Amino acid sequence: MLAKRIIPCLDVKDGKTVKGVNFVNFKDAGDPVELGYRYSLEGADELVFLDITASYEGRKTFLDTVRRVAENISIPFTVGGGIGSVADVAKLLNAGADKVSINSSAIRNPQLIDQIASHFGNQVCIVAIDAKMLQNEWVCYLNGGRIATEKKLYQWAYEAQERGAGEILFTSMDHDGVKTGFACDALNYLHETLSIPIIASGGAGKKEHFVEVFEKGHADAALAASIFHFNEISIPELKDYLYSNNITTRKIYSKNI
Amino acid sequence: MLAIVKYNAGNIFSVQCALKRIGVEGVLTDDVEILSRADKVIFPGVGEASSAMNYLRNKGLDKVICNLTQPVLGICVGLQLMCKHSEEGNVDCLGIFDTDVSRFESINKDMKIPHMGWNTIHTEDTRIFTPQLNEAFVYYVHSYYAGICKDTIATTDYINPFSAALKKDNFYATQFHPEKSGEVGEIILKRFIEL
Repeated sequence: MLAKRIIPCLDVKDGKTVKGVNFVNFKDAGDPVELGYRYSLEGADELVFLDITASYEGRKTFLDTVRRVAENISIPFTVGGGIGSVADVAKLLNAGADKVSINSSAIRNPQLIDQIASHFGNQVCIVAIDAKMLQNEWVCYLNGGRIATEKKLYQWAYEAQERGAGEILFTSMDHDGVKTGFACDALNYLHETLSIPIIASGGAGKKEHFVEVFEKGHADAALAASIFHFNEISIPELKDYLYSNNITTRKIYSKNI
Repeated sequence: MLAIVKYNAGNIFSVQCALKRIGVEGVLTDDVEILSRADKVIFPGVGEASSAMNYLRNKGLDKVICNLTQPVLGICVGLQLMCKHSEEGNVDCLGIFDTDVSRFESINKDMKIPHMGWNTIHTEDTRIFTPQLNEAFVYYVHSYYAGICKDTIATTDYINPFSAALKKDNFYATQFHPEKSGEVGEIILKRFIEL
């Protein structure tokens, strides 16, 4: 049976992870490669690396990070941040990324989705959407949630799918950081209206929230950052909990033998 | 020497990295001589079947691959190109395995296409698999699948059962990505290298 995926997300700035990471006995908490490797050993099913650097120099460093991740980690990984063209995608894929995530640039230039899908296949293109509930409507935001747009979540997600997105990564800005659970109603609506996989993001605070997001939200994957970084929930513990709630997740091979 | 078939398909860097992690250097080449001389050949693939097939034909690589006598491992679209025919771009393929490639038809909302993520394999094969790998999780990303036939050595069930791996003579292939399947994938690659 297809497993539900657990995806830690790492913010990378100038080649180092930011947002603080609270692993005990961890040699270099700032190194995204080492941290990604650690998560992969613990049973993360995929990894997302978001480049939050603004400078040109920083971007070059990020490419190097992507290459090092590819060399060291044997699970799929997605990279996002600052991708504005097919050429940007080609560079990242050649450095070893499996998928890219586009957000603001897709809202500004929706054709970028068509272009990425036709050049590299739908599976490469994740469209990330940051949205917030305003007067009973989910409004999409640009630039890491700073600028509201005309686009509405459901219509935009559907358009992205029709243009060739392989997955939708939906972050509820209302739930993000609050740790009271994911936006399960909106996720379930996306599940009902789309035919591509949906990654849920924003709101994870305890293990029960993951059961909810898979059962009520029907998400295909759940993404979280701080609860993993600060060791509030460990991935093996989360997977055991999901298993005891009859939710299929990938078992780590070495634990089986 | 291990050769990786160079053509217009992606994921080659991932395959090279995975090989490097198990201590094998893969030479990326479309040179007939080098491919024929290699101890092992990996035929990777991410992309669209008909354009990949046309590329192989134009370069004469179709015949080269079919004539290889050393162990060959096709991956993902590589597996699909080794079948008789693919619905993707309606193209005749290499015809090594006795089956056709069809597109998944979703039957309900829970069955998303592409089939993306970790799923289990059912296998009794002990050439590139081991008994412990029966029911192990491997990583898939695909919208087309090869049907089950006499060459099938592993299956996965998604929408319908399909060929997770095929074997005929010296030709092996996996629909999943061993290079992205963690420890399980590394075991399979190692077993192939040791054939």
